[in-house]
Amino acid sequence: MKMTYREAIRQAMFDALAADPRVFLMGEDVGRYGGSYACSKGFLEEFGAERIRDTPLSELGFVGAGIGAALGGLRPIVEVMTVNFSLLALDQIVNTAAALRHMSGGQFSVPLVLRMATGAGRQLAAQHSHSLENWYAHIPGIRVLAPATIGDARGMLAPALADPDPVVIFEHAQLYNLEGALPDDWRCDIATAAVRREGTDVSLITYGGSLPKVFAAAEQLAAEGIDAEVIDLRVLRPLDTETIAASLRKTHKAVVVDEGWKSGSLAAEVMARLVEECFYDLDAPPARVCSEEVPIPYARHMEEAALPQVPKIVSAVKQVIGK
Amino acid sequence: MIEFKLPSLGADMDEGKLLEWKVRPGDTVKKGQVVAIVDTSKAAVDVEIWCEGTVFELLTEPDETIPVGTVMATLLEAGESAETAKRAPRAAPAPKAAATPSHPGPLPRHGGEGIVSGRRRVSPAARKHAEELGVDIETVAGSGPEGAVTLADVEQAAAAAKVSPTRTAAVTDKVADKAAEMRRAIAAAMGRSKREIPHYYLSEPVPMRRATEWLAQANEGRPITARLLMAVLQLKAVALALRKFPEMNGYFRDGAFQPATAAHIGVAISLRQGGLIAPAIHDVGEKSLEQLMLDLADLVKRARAGSLRSSEMSDPTITVTNLGEQGVAAVYGVIYPPQVALVGFGRIGEQPWVENNALGVMPVATASLAADHRVSDGHRGALFLAALRDQLQEPEKL
Amino acid sequence: MTVPYDKPFAQKLLFDMLRIRRMEEKCAELYGAQKIRGFLHLYIGEEACAVGALHALAPEDNIVATYREHGHALVRGLSMNAIMAEMFGKASGCSGGRGGSMHLFDAQTRLYGGNAIVGGGLPLAVGLALADRMLGRPAVTACFFGEGAMAEGAFHESMNLAALWRLPVLFCCENNLYAMGTALARSEAQTDLCAKAASYAVPTLKADGMDVVAVHEAAKLAAQHVRDGLGPFFLELQTYRFRAHSMFDPELYRDKAEVEAWKTRGPLHTFSARLKAEGKLTEEEFLAFDAQANAEVQASVDFAEAAEWEPVEDLLKDVYTP
Repeated sequence: MKMTYREAIRQAMFDALAADPRVFLMGEDVGRYGGSYACSKGFLEEFGAERIRDTPLSELGFVGAGIGAALGGLRPIVEVMTVNFSLLALDQIVNTAAALRHMSGGQFSVPLVLRMATGAGRQLAAQHSHSLENWYAHIPGIRVLAPATIGDARGMLAPALADPDPVVIFEHAQLYNLEGALPDDWRCDIATAAVRREGTDVSLITYGGSLPKVFAAAEQLAAEGIDAEVIDLRVLRPLDTETIAASLRKTHKAVVVDEGWKSGSLAAEVMARLVEECFYDLDAPPARVCSEEVPIPYARHMEEAALPQVPKIVSAVKQVIGK
Repeated sequence: MIEFKLPSLGADMDEGKLLEWKVRPGDTVKKGQVVAIVDTSKAAVDVEIWCEGTVFELLTEPDETIPVGTVMATLLEAGESAETAKRAPRAAPAPKAAATPSHPGPLPRHGGEGIVSGRRRVSPAARKHAEELGVDIETVAGSGPEGAVTLADVEQAAAAAKVSPTRTAAVTDKVADKAAEMRRAIAAAMGRSKREIPHYYLSEPVPMRRATEWLAQANEGRPITARLLMAVLQLKAVALALRKFPEMNGYFRDGAFQPATAAHIGVAISLRQGGLIAPAIHDVGEKSLEQLMLDLADLVKRARAGSLRSSEMSDPTITVTNLGEQGVAAVYGVIYPPQVALVGFGRIGEQPWVENNALGVMPVATASLAADHRVSDGHRGALFLAALRDQLQEPEKL
Repeated sequence: MTVPYDKPFAQKLLFDMLRIRRMEEKCAELYGAQKIRGFLHLYIGEEACAVGALHALAPEDNIVATYREHGHALVRGLSMNAIMAEMFGKASGCSGGRGGSMHLFDAQTRLYGGNAIVGGGLPLAVGLALADRMLGRPAVTACFFGEGAMAEGAFHESMNLAALWRLPVLFCCENNLYAMGTALARSEAQTDLCAKAASYAVPTLKADGMDVVAVHEAAKLAAQHVRDGLGPFFLELQTYRFRAHSMFDPELYRDKAEVEAWKTRGPLHTFSARLKAEGKLTEEEFLAFDAQANAEVQASVDFAEAAEWEPVEDLLKDVYTP
């Protein structure tokens, strides 16, 4: 069955709300507006205002309230419009949600699901284009997911809600209109990375909104006789190092593609693990394609230049392969 | 301020031991002047300097073993005074060879010849796999990014090594040590050659009557010491033939062929204590046979005495080996990297020969060519050998 | 005003204040002896707030407190042993030794911490109340915070959310006049805290935080309002801490005379004097309570001292739910 990424997210939430009365959706414009990315269109009519809860513009307040509600026995899905605004709630996510179980000596888990859009590519300029997945992936106590396919958009929410600990889900804004076939078995885990394309010459490691670009690069490389393996990290914390390492043991070369800025990026973490875990399997220095170190500019050509693009990925691969 | 660094005196040289300084601070030196004698693993070599100046400081002590590229001395350029020159920080003395007989690790080397700072580029996977396969990583040429040795390079080298997996056993005796060291150096260079260079081989019987007769005539009346050897004619013939076949003369470096502008022919000389070296006679094509004879005699003498010049060690653009004295019919050589060809001559022996529709007896020597297929093809190689043959039919023009 | 409680309850209030006082005096001593480390914020002088307010709550209610929460934990029903062991960092502490003085938690008594981010507990309290409301439980969530937290955005967002959704939150501001060393008037344009809260259409009440009776009466009224489903309530308890902000504080920001003046209003001696005057307490009884409190403190120290350290192999425990 064909559907969009947006529809997959919507169906996943619809199912969760229908299946469990403890589940409710809370966030800015999730109700009457239908969700800023239209992921909860029609929910207010279906589930009512108690469970489809429009919030004031109070990220810190309603994310914290989500944590409290989770502690109190509910299964909140809290939608923060974009990762950019989530910085206003960072205290609650990092100092409370992630730390509470540990601080309380294991007495209180926080079964919260936090969804937010991330990423650039729509000329929204610096304050609406951040890719800060890495900041969250840094924090022990939370799980960080980046669904990049229709299947994951459909399948990741249920296990995230079943997780007794906080889960942050990043939906790349460029993916909402992505259309594709929903796999028959879209149920999935939230622990492992996925090999999206098998190859022997180089491992392209990526996640989220960069996956389609990496696919395009892999196709282009294939036309030139370079057989790339594509790894979709899916879960940014905890990182599935084993899947990456297994790929490296096969290809011996890696290019990490990450829309975050290079300095201190998730790509940096992946590179560090490659070196720690796979040093003796590396046949060339691993490379990174990340965003340029600049707040994302508004002008289209400048924005494009700032972000990872297919030609950059292709050229990085060739450099690593020595062609 | 000029820095005088220990030059690489061959593809297989990693380090050298300073035996003697030939200059002192304050001496003025000229281009080409021998300034030091350095013991490589192969021989004591006179090291020349390639700039003019006044020796300021000597930074290496005799008996010190230093890596290639180490600054050995500083010199003042014309107009530079000792007062204005800053003293160089003294290089940390390398451990004495006697105290630490084995070098702790591989020395910087890049693509076999160029010197880079830091470690040679070998991918971790290649290094590990080389260990597993027993391949000496230092002998493996790199094809990866920035010349790095990759997994594929190691696998290729291992496959090539299976053909001739000989290894010299370590010996403890001091003299034998030196021989073993040279053996290892030869093993490294030849091993690398066979792994790296796709050789092809051609041979051609060369009628030698005219050359023999001309030589006998030319030597008539000469004192024994001034007599020419057939080897000299062969060297000159090779040099002249090379003029039309530049792809046999030069170096293959960093993935590309660099043709040489002159024929500096390395002459394979076997040493009494075993092993061989192939120092160069420079500009063979430009020299008279008489001059070449003097050069050859001098070179053999000095090679066996262990006092070669650095340029002679590092300059050969092609090598010629003559095993005719040993009585073999033909020799198919191993190219000395980064050279791209080697010409061999076997003994001159009488053979049945058809000439002008008549069967007769002809003194014949087999000339052979081992050449690098990355640079030339068999077709050109054959034409080169034909040209060499023709040169030897007109000895008076040599 | 006479104390409007019978003798056992009146003595209970006194005894709880005494237990907090003796426990914390011991903590100060143990801090000097390096048995307790990290930050240690003492509640000495403010005991009437926790005791008066918490005795107005029911077991099913939720408590969210700050990093100055030893008293709240004790009055809520945690054993002094578990509190002391936590401050020692021992495995048998109420947070397994992972939290320390600032992070006392107890699922049993619904104490949701011990929050060391000023204002950090307020949104949490809103969420707990939201859950109770959505699940149809009649509980009140009491959220304690200092007046310093009222400068944080979290205060405003939480007041607005709780009021907007009419959630059962009892906001208890313990106004001790100083946010660390910054006096209220030096940090707030509007020093009338009730006025700030009232701007969110929340009913408010001011009470003398040095008087356990005043606190208890105000808290009963406020809790009832909340429990009746009328939405949140804001209670300002005007109090004063007699000791420094933390053990690191040299107290350069206030006069000794000011401290001494407040000490004359100390909740322990004023309340015990009142009870004695009303014939609800004898000196012998007081001394017996004191001895009992001291014995409990000593026992808790012995317990903490003897308690086991958590094995380092368990370091990564309780980051995620197994």
